[in-house]
Amino acid sequence: MIGERSPRTEDGRLLRGAGRFVDDLKPRRLLHLALLRSPFAAARVGAVDVTSAAALPGVAAVLTGAEAAAMAEPWRGVLGHYRGMKTGSQLPLAREAVHFVGEPVVAIAATSRAVAEDACDLVRVEWEPLPAVTDWERALEPRTPLVHEEMEDNVIYRATHGDELAAAAVAGSDHVVAATFHFGRVTGVPIEPRTILAEFDPGDARLEVHCSTQVPHMMQAVLAHILRLPEHRVRVIAEDVGGSFGIKIHVYQDEVCACLMAMRLGRPVRFTADRRESMLTDIQAREEVIEARLGVSAEGVFTGLTARVVAPVGAVSMYPRSSVVESSQVARMLPGQYRIPAYQCEQLVVAQNKTPTSQYRAVGHPLATAVIEQLVERAARRLQVDPAELRFRNLIRPEEMPYTSAAGPVYDPANYPALLHRLLELTGYERLREEQREAVAEGRLRGIGIACFLELTGPGASFYGVGGAPISAKDGATLRLDPDGGVVALIGITDQGQGTHTTTAQLVAGTFGVALEQVRVISGDTLGVPYGGGTWASRGAVVGGTAVIRAARELRRKVLVIAGDLLEAAPDDLELTDGVVTVKGTDRVLPLRELAQVVHYNTGRLAPETEPSLEATSYFVSPGAGTFASGAHLALVEVDPRTWRVSLLRYVAVDDCGRVINPAIVEGQVRGGVAQGVGQALFEQLNYDRDGQLQNASLMEYLLPTAGDLCDIEVHHLDTPSLVGEGFRGVGESGACAAPAAIANAVADALAPLGLEPDSMPLSPGYLFELSRGRGKGEAPA
Amino acid sequence: MTRHHLVLRVNGEERETVVESRRSLADCLREDLELTGTHVGCEHGVCGACTVLVEGRPIRSCLMLAVQAQGAAVITVEGLAQGERLSSLQEAFHDCFALQCGFCTPGFLILATAFLRDHPAASREEVRGALSSNLCRCTGYQNIVDAVVRAGGK
Repeated sequence: MIGERSPRTEDGRLLRGAGRFVDDLKPRRLLHLALLRSPFAAARVGAVDVTSAAALPGVAAVLTGAEAAAMAEPWRGVLGHYRGMKTGSQLPLAREAVHFVGEPVVAIAATSRAVAEDACDLVRVEWEPLPAVTDWERALEPRTPLVHEEMEDNVIYRATHGDELAAAAVAGSDHVVAATFHFGRVTGVPIEPRTILAEFDPGDARLEVHCSTQVPHMMQAVLAHILRLPEHRVRVIAEDVGGSFGIKIHVYQDEVCACLMAMRLGRPVRFTADRRESMLTDIQAREEVIEARLGVSAEGVFTGLTARVVAPVGAVSMYPRSSVVESSQVARMLPGQYRIPAYQCEQLVVAQNKTPTSQYRAVGHPLATAVIEQLVERAARRLQVDPAELRFRNLIRPEEMPYTSAAGPVYDPANYPALLHRLLELTGYERLREEQREAVAEGRLRGIGIACFLELTGPGASFYGVGGAPISAKDGATLRLDPDGGVVALIGITDQGQGTHTTTAQLVAGTFGVALEQVRVISGDTLGVPYGGGTWASRGAVVGGTAVIRAARELRRKVLVIAGDLLEAAPDDLELTDGVVTVKGTDRVLPLRELAQVVHYNTGRLAPETEPSLEATSYFVSPGAGTFASGAHLALVEVDPRTWRVSLLRYVAVDDCGRVINPAIVEGQVRGGVAQGVGQALFEQLNYDRDGQLQNASLMEYLLPTAGDLCDIEVHHLDTPSLVGEGFRGVGESGACAAPAAIANAVADALAPLGLEPDSMPLSPGYLFELSRGRGKGEAPA
Repeated sequence: MTRHHLVLRVNGEERETVVESRRSLADCLREDLELTGTHVGCEHGVCGACTVLVEGRPIRSCLMLAVQAQGAAVITVEGLAQGERLSSLQEAFHDCFALQCGFCTPGFLILATAFLRDHPAASREEVRGALSSNLCRCTGYQNIVDAVVRAGGK
């Protein structure tokens, strides 16, 4: 069962259109929320007149910034372990100043969303527009206005990591490969927009929230804090979640407003973002400028690496995960799979009047991988060696594991060279190079790009909890045997499309010893499931899966003790398979149903000292930082020199995600992640103008990859069990880690005959055209 | 706001409701007729999650006003299965792991149902091309292409 392509248990309802997404729910007396949002990136908010809005038929209530401020605690996205970090705070509605286009100022609840939007049009606000700070270099100048009035300058965080001798090590190398890479701002675009439904029972002071979220317990904790309710009076339910990718893991002003409105009115209130609101207010990600220098000896051995990472993260650091983690992950993971003896990285996080950025699928790793892998390929071109060969000279070997990176992390045992070997073998690398030479001889721009990635997954408490954020690094599972012999599994991890219920059922069935159909999985309800962090950082299997396996083992142990009583046999002589306990080597059997009937209804048959329990709970947290997933990917592209369009011809992934629960689900995770990485590499960029106006706040203008933009993605595995927990390494983000680097390298390889070296993402036709004209640093013109 | 008495034939059943002129067909199906299988992802005709069949043709129900569908036959995702039995396309989606979060799935199912009806012998590349009109953010599309090809082969 574990390791098999078990069909997904989630599909039945989803294929019939019977999913229960938050926007599908229809409680009685439901109200809909709309928000008046700032049209300016920076402005003072003067008088707000809501008289006409409040008088519109169908409007139930209007909430202003001042009123909301009186009802809620402000929040500030600072993590205590980032020393010196600072940021402005947020309230449910901006009160005196707005800091980015789309920041909400007034919230209106009405009998329909249309009426609520009509009412927003009737609100009169006296705006005093201020100059917007959109350029990060200008943000650092002393006379530049403050992005947020509570800050004394526009620096959110600044740190230096690693060893100051690294610069000398690099400078003294035979070759120094230096480049500055620009990464565009992107956003996650789950097809289901953010949505929340809040219901408040005034008699009992209970808030019940259906929320499209990855983190029900975190939401319970932060909503309780912000709304000044005891945590046990707040219930967060996440049933079907239509994709998330890190977007639905933060505290958003509009979602808090929905709760406030429900509390004020004692009626259910729903807020569902429309796509424009999503583009303007969902967290954004990836925008960074990374200068890096790699030292290489004449023999092609890496001697050192230095980098400066600048992250312009928007108006405030998001709460509660903050907006510094993406650049911190870059600083931590830049050396990747390579033996790099000396390393130093400067990190600078800057505010600007744009939408806040924060954690999006694979946080920082796609950038770290893109930088080191592009440097490696540039070094290979400089040294005129094959890029795969140069990698083999520098990849950390299995016998060097565990390996302490000069950037800090301790890599757990895995086999990086084997991944690359397998990739070259599977792709027929030599033949690909021959075909490339033939294509180039015909005047075609064909490129091969390799990317080796390493991702820190299933992190321990050192990421958030240690900094004071109410984000649990542990996760739990409770299993109970029903009277009919079926198993209910309550799990802290959640599902946003990963097939968590399927894989959990496989783990339970395989470990405990029942058929898959005998397992029912329940997740996403703080009232019923064990406390846990939810699903992010590829932690579902690493942390949650481990808890499930251990709970299943414990339940099995309990069952066998009771079965031993009933069968008059020692528990060690019993086995449990397919729902039946058997005395080994005999035909004496006890079906689980019979056993469960005794424990639930006929306890007189149990030994007096036996506890009548058929329930087991286990929790797990990764010791230390977590574990690591790794892989080697290859992309084959062709660039059309007339249109500068990049066509993806082939994509092959070899990943090591540790133990595999369901290969089909793993392949789906990798393919989906690669697709998002291709989007980041080739298409996606949020274009802000100098005034901080987003120029492409629709899916007409912000391009996601379509079926026609992608090719089939071949997925292969090595499965080196992790030493953490039950051996999982996680797979939810691996594709997103590797694809931008693989694509960028393939495009650079294709353009090498023209002497062009791209250094920016996305590699859009516009950017490549500018590059071909000798321009093109930084952003391509819109 | 003017209100209109609307009669539609949805999944073979006659349904009546009253809508404002500005009501989209998607909102009418979801909120007035309580058929929430049709999903709304962008409300500007790009993502295709709201695709339904109107008089047999796949259309973006977020871009069509409900009143424009007056008297029309509409098929939504809820109308694809025959009772308990999934359509061969739905089965193929299940067999090929062609969905993850499932939010875009109704739109893909409707789109591909019409495409396979009109192009029963479509090649894999033609299927890929046809599916380019809808967005999925989870799967990378490959398994959806596989599913549609498989259902077409039956």
